[in-house]
Amino acid sequence: MDKILQRLLHTIPVLIGISLIVFSLMHLTPGDPVEIMLGEVGYVSQEDIELMRAELGLDRPLIEQYFSFVAGILRGDWGTSLRARVPVKALILERLPATIELTIAAIVVSLIIGIPAGVLSAVRRYSWLDKLGTLVALVGISMPQFWLGLTLILVFSVGLHLLPGGVRLAFDIPAPPTVTGLLLVDSILAGNWTAFWGTMRHLALPALTLGAPMSALTMRVTRSSMLEVIRQDYVTFARAKGVKEMAVVIKHALRNALIPIVTVVALNMGSLLGGNMIVERIFSWPGLGQLVVDSIRTYDYPVVQVSVMIYALTYVAMNLIADLLYMRLNPRVRI
Amino acid sequence: MDKYLARAEEFVITETLQQKLLRVLRRTVSNIQEFWRLYRKNHLAVIGGAIVLAFILLAIFAPWVTPHDPVTPNFRAIRKPPVWMKGGSWTHPLGTDHLGRDIWTRIIYGARVSLFIGFVVVGFATVIGVTLGLISGYYGGKIDAVIQRVIDTLLAFPYLILATALVGVLGPGLRNIVLALLYKEWIYPCRVVRSEVLVAKEQEYVEAARTVGAGNRHIMFREILPNVLASTVVVSTLRVGSVILMEASLSFLGLGVEPPTPAWGSMVAEGRRFINTEWWVSTLPGLAILLTVLGINLMGEGLRDALDPKLRE
Repeated sequence: MDKILQRLLHTIPVLIGISLIVFSLMHLTPGDPVEIMLGEVGYVSQEDIELMRAELGLDRPLIEQYFSFVAGILRGDWGTSLRARVPVKALILERLPATIELTIAAIVVSLIIGIPAGVLSAVRRYSWLDKLGTLVALVGISMPQFWLGLTLILVFSVGLHLLPGGVRLAFDIPAPPTVTGLLLVDSILAGNWTAFWGTMRHLALPALTLGAPMSALTMRVTRSSMLEVIRQDYVTFARAKGVKEMAVVIKHALRNALIPIVTVVALNMGSLLGGNMIVERIFSWPGLGQLVVDSIRTYDYPVVQVSVMIYALTYVAMNLIADLLYMRLNPRVRI
Repeated sequence: MDKYLARAEEFVITETLQQKLLRVLRRTVSNIQEFWRLYRKNHLAVIGGAIVLAFILLAIFAPWVTPHDPVTPNFRAIRKPPVWMKGGSWTHPLGTDHLGRDIWTRIIYGARVSLFIGFVVVGFATVIGVTLGLISGYYGGKIDAVIQRVIDTLLAFPYLILATALVGVLGPGLRNIVLALLYKEWIYPCRVVRSEVLVAKEQEYVEAARTVGAGNRHIMFREILPNVLASTVVVSTLRVGSVILMEASLSFLGLGVEPPTPAWGSMVAEGRRFINTEWWVSTLPGLAILLTVLGINLMGEGLRDALDPKLRE
């Protein structure tokens, strides 16, 4: 219990740090942020500039601005988009489900590819299969995601006409009524299997692209973690007992090798979340990543601040969950 | 045998400057020989190093390698396919884009941007990170706590998102890209050095230095630093690859160096429109990124095996 409390307290300075960095984003602009933002619109009078400065609270002292920013975030008042003139919250909530669906799909893909490949590599250590797997994983880490996405579109959409290369669902398939915003869940709830299958097909390439670096990483960690476990006495004992090799590998070795895998996947959530921007752009995916890029391009600072913050908070939450999970999985840490 | 003689000579206090220089030189040469003996055992690492070296040389000597100009359009040679396809020619070995600019030329000029940013950002980050890591690990206490909390905070921001937001705020341009990447990059060497220092400061040689009256700064930079240098070199090499990928992503998103200066990421982005017909316009620059980063990663793993056996998995 103490450990859990300690871990929770540990996040407080990080949360403060995040709020400081996000807050300072607007103030890092060389020159006047308001003039830059309004400069996008065209001709503006001095009056407009003053008006907007007051609206954004930029005429108050910095300290006061920071506290009202934090208070606003905590109250759930996230400001107004300068471009769309709607609350930032509405804008983000509209985009969030698409990103969540894609991210979860990417994690699933990377585990489905990474774990079996890593296990196979470890079991057949130093075979040509292991060497090939290691090299493929290295290529996976060295590959720019936008290039992988384009290549997949080139091969599977343009060339083979097998899978769609963009958007969440084809326009001729009516979308299920929105409940959660996650199209897969919504189509199950509505019993609409055409939409479910359509969504799955549309998810395939973006999820593979987003999950590729993570698959490579998962494979490498699984391999080294398995190699460590496989030498342990209890594995040898299981073998000596006459347990089938398959069962030894899965039940005795893999189960114990999972802990570091969970940790590494959680620690590298950052790169997965960052890849969102790229993948959503290539596949015209209407998610948060696209919103960030568009808002940065149009100097829509309130939207940029909140979305960047949401990414950071997601990372913090994921790591917290992973750590708590780790404490549960590993009794040695729990005490 | 030579090695041991060199070691023994260190204890002879009376030596002329010339002798000292000779001794240092001899030791350096033997260290390099030893390193190369270990490094070349890993064939993939040698290939990786060769790829990186090739790109560096091409980038430096770009104007002598190709007769074309990377930015001037040539409307007489628009959308020419690469040499191995029907209609291709050796005038444009990798084809041309929608403005008739030679892809090969743009790739090797684009290498300048990618490699420059990769090495400059990692170079600065290493200097900052190693210094802070030494301080953090050596002194511990409050300074350490503050630096660690800052690192925890920066870790929470996805690298690309933070870099994109910073470039968006600071404005485009080479200098701002370097700054935006440096904002987070220093934490990687810092973390490695700190954990190494925590181990090193308990070692006997540090104790010995302290006993003979060495000051903190001397111990940190003269005693501990040389011993943590190997792992720093390994980590920094591997980071160059990541930074190049980051820069490519930024320029793919339209936040890289300003066009028409060729950069690999923006070349892929521009070529995207023609992916259905002229696939080479966007695919080949992407391949250049893949090759360079793969080369750096292979090199980094080779360095790790040769310099720092304890980092091996």
